[in-house]
Amino acid sequence: MELLLASAIGLLAGAGVYLSLRGRTFPVVLGLTFVSYAVNLFIFVAGGIRLDAPPIVGAAAAMTDPLPQALVLTAIVIGFGMTAYLVVLAIRLRAADGHDHVDGDGEAGR
Amino acid sequence: MQSSASLIWVFALPFAGSLLPLVFARRGRSFIAGAAAVGPAIALALLLQAMPAVFQGEAPRFSAPWVPALGLDFSLRLDGWAWLFATLILAIGLLIILYARYYLSADDPFGRFFSMLLLFMGSMLGIAVSDNLLLLIFFWELTSLSSFLLIGYWNHRADARAGARMALAVTGMGGLALLGGALVLREMTGTLEISVLNTLGPQIREHALYPVALTLVLLGAFTKSAQFPFHFWLPNAMAAPTPVSAYLHSATMVKAGIFLLARLYPALSGTDAWFYAVGGTGLVTLVFGAYQATFRHDLKGLLAYSTISHLGLITLLLGLDSPLAPIAAVFHILNHATFKASLFMAAGIIDHETGTRDMRRLGGLWRAMPVTGALALVAAAAMAGVPFLNGFLSKEMLFAETLATERGGLVAFLVPLAATAAGIFGVAYSTRFIHDVFFNGPQKELPREPHEPPRWMRIPVELLVVICVLVGIVPQVLVGSVLDVAGSAVIGAAPPQYSLAIWHGFNLPLLMSGVALAGGVAMYFWLQSRSLHAHVGSAWTGHGLFEKLIHGLDRGSRAFTSITTDGRLQRQVVVIALVTVAAGFVPMLAGMPGRSLSATTPVNLIAIVGWAVLVLATVGVLAAHRQRLTALILTGAAGLIVSAAFAYYSAPDLALTQLVVEVAMTLLMLLALGRLPAESPRESSGLRKLRDGAVAVFCGAGMGGAAWWMMTRDGPSISAEHILRSVPEGGGTNVVNVILVDFRGFDTFGEISVLVTAALGIVALLSQGSGMPGPVTQDREPALAMLSRVILPPTLLVSMYIFLRGHNLPGGGFIAGLVSGVVIAMLGIGSGQAWRHAAVRIDFHRVTATGLAIAALTGLGAWVFGRPFLTSAHGPVPIPLVGELHLATAALFDLGVYLVVVGIVMLVLDSLSARPERAA
Repeated sequence: MELLLASAIGLLAGAGVYLSLRGRTFPVVLGLTFVSYAVNLFIFVAGGIRLDAPPIVGAAAAMTDPLPQALVLTAIVIGFGMTAYLVVLAIRLRAADGHDHVDGDGEAGR
Repeated sequence: MQSSASLIWVFALPFAGSLLPLVFARRGRSFIAGAAAVGPAIALALLLQAMPAVFQGEAPRFSAPWVPALGLDFSLRLDGWAWLFATLILAIGLLIILYARYYLSADDPFGRFFSMLLLFMGSMLGIAVSDNLLLLIFFWELTSLSSFLLIGYWNHRADARAGARMALAVTGMGGLALLGGALVLREMTGTLEISVLNTLGPQIREHALYPVALTLVLLGAFTKSAQFPFHFWLPNAMAAPTPVSAYLHSATMVKAGIFLLARLYPALSGTDAWFYAVGGTGLVTLVFGAYQATFRHDLKGLLAYSTISHLGLITLLLGLDSPLAPIAAVFHILNHATFKASLFMAAGIIDHETGTRDMRRLGGLWRAMPVTGALALVAAAAMAGVPFLNGFLSKEMLFAETLATERGGLVAFLVPLAATAAGIFGVAYSTRFIHDVFFNGPQKELPREPHEPPRWMRIPVELLVVICVLVGIVPQVLVGSVLDVAGSAVIGAAPPQYSLAIWHGFNLPLLMSGVALAGGVAMYFWLQSRSLHAHVGSAWTGHGLFEKLIHGLDRGSRAFTSITTDGRLQRQVVVIALVTVAAGFVPMLAGMPGRSLSATTPVNLIAIVGWAVLVLATVGVLAAHRQRLTALILTGAAGLIVSAAFAYYSAPDLALTQLVVEVAMTLLMLLALGRLPAESPRESSGLRKLRDGAVAVFCGAGMGGAAWWMMTRDGPSISAEHILRSVPEGGGTNVVNVILVDFRGFDTFGEISVLVTAALGIVALLSQGSGMPGPVTQDREPALAMLSRVILPPTLLVSMYIFLRGHNLPGGGFIAGLVSGVVIAMLGIGSGQAWRHAAVRIDFHRVTATGLAIAALTGLGAWVFGRPFLTSAHGPVPIPLVGELHLATAALFDLGVYLVVVGIVMLVLDSLSARPERAA
């Protein structure tokens, strides 16, 4: 199970980095979303992986570590705020310059 | 001074008084100056009231804890030395206020000047009465800042701005060194209270860290007191108005470094390191400053270098290890302040009345300004060390102390010789100050026709000159007891026997004085005969080096920046990614921590299926990322699997949040796609893809590897406490929610503030929407319109339920807010904004602000009960008809979170789905 999760995290992170290196704004936003998935999962598994052990007092026999979950929960919501801001920035960029290249030059996409 | 707490008023009054000149800035000049004098005058009266007690050897002390964890206490202490220094600051300060009233011209902003002057005065007084080293440094930095403002007072002048910057840079760096020194001292002794440090002298001096502490403290003191080689900022600070030069850069601020040396004298002095570092620096500065002063053509330049020289003299005295030397240092601080302040004021009068300070253009002014001339003559004579004036006495003491050293060899020979040489130059520049300005031929052509200044402008000079003369004639009567009290406070013991008298018989010090006087006058006239006026200063100056250093730093950082970034995002992301990977590897070089392997969890079919879907979706996105809609849908699929993983591995809250965020995000991106191209062009070269792929593989492998290592090792958890306290203290069984709204509520508060900021940014970006490409969606989507209206009521109900149960079961403000926000936004997307606005008449800006306010007020509410910010309370609350309900104040905080999230989702989705106004 650990290997499955670790490989998934690695794949998500790699895909995120690759997409953020693209020249257009939309794939960069998607890339950051993937990086967020990877990082959130990474922090989450720092608490160990347990099945049927929700961090609710009295709900089950065992309890998993609640702290990473609290951290990730805020990270998800902040990530939403950040992505929303980026998306709007991308729209503004297109409106202002007429293209959606991250470095501001539509033709010279090296 | 009735109680020791009133010590605060000594510096609080000038600080408070600094508001008066601003309040009355539109009144007459005399009124503003008068208002400025009120605070210092009362503070001076307080000091005089405290005088009898202090002179009997008492030292009133006040202490209150401030930041105990840092060793920062609000400790004040008024011993003899602090009293003398504070009195000096206030007395000269009052004279300066009177002088500045006449010095400044009608165009200068009057209120601002006096306000800054009082700020400076308060900071100086803070240094004088602080008994905690950190507190002292706090005020020390304030003097650097206010000095910066005062030097740059005429901010339209480039030289004033440059001088102010340089002074701030040099003294600011010294201040950092001093802070370091204080921290080292604390490390050595465990205390920062100066009065305690001064009792620990032997322990400090034998400590291994003593040289470090000494070096850092001395760097602070030497930069502040313009000691060689840090002296160069002082001549450049002469761009300040003359009252500022007289006050800050001769009488008080530059003495702060020396004050500190004397303040820590019992703790730090008495070693060879102290003798050579302090004495050596003082000696070099004394001679260097005196030599330089002789060749300045600018009156204030001469006085600046002379000040440097005299500061060196005092530093030298503090460095010498003879028992009387510190007493002589205290005496000279007093004397220098009186004669140098009056000389600066005289220079200001000459500048004011003639329009120039250049001694090559001045001359023969005695006829036009006999009174000013006479006053300057006496003050300059005191500076030169002419008998019957105060300067003679302390200079004579210096000569005596240089001879009194018990060190043999070169020191016993060199120090008196250098002191005499500096004496000769001192007499030479003093002679020049008088002869080149008031005599030396007939009056020359001047910008203004010179005459005596207004009556009141001369009063401060007259008072100071009278003091010079009186102290010079009857020293024992006037300053004997002050010196005893201040001197013993500096040494930390009763001072040795000494006599303050003009005549000690024919001895070596008297001979040295005689040689200096005769030699100095002779040297000046010899220099004049060799065309002193044609002398050009050398290019090799500290100033030039400083400029080169700053220039070099500037160029270096520019070069470094151009290496690391070329202003293109793609390059920057590569650099960031690679640096991050490298940073992750660095700790591994030192070896991995030895952790035992933990048991692995067995794999099952559900997990494998989920993993396979995730891999497919991710690879699909990578392959099809240029078809944007497809990529978006596949991204959503990956997000759903992540959400499912959270649910599967016991994180119901995360699963819910991820799910709702996924919905909101997909909605957002769909709306955004309407305004962006549907496809990305094919523009990356194969090589480029290879490079990016390599970087991505590095990052992915690093992160996956780290995750695997972490999951397969045992590690300690810090969560036990959270789980234990969740129910009894947080009043909730859902530990994640309790952590969010209670244990780490402050984090959450910061987070929703960030969200609000992001939303404000989004709304601002979209509101200036000229030329925005319109959305491709129609105003109405019939199917979505119908659906969104039908699901609205039940969904809102569900979100209420999620919110209410959040403290005990999965749910809470974040999730409920996202659900409500999305479902309301769907109305607008389906039925058009006009319909939505008519149906839901809620201003979501206001909702967001209300949410933030509720969260903040809940936190502040704890203060009413004397608890720290965001302390929560909980308990059963009786509700009519329903019965008792267990509620926590944290629920109120969560309500704030809920409202913020609803507001933000609405603001973002609303503004994106709104059809922009078409330009024409």
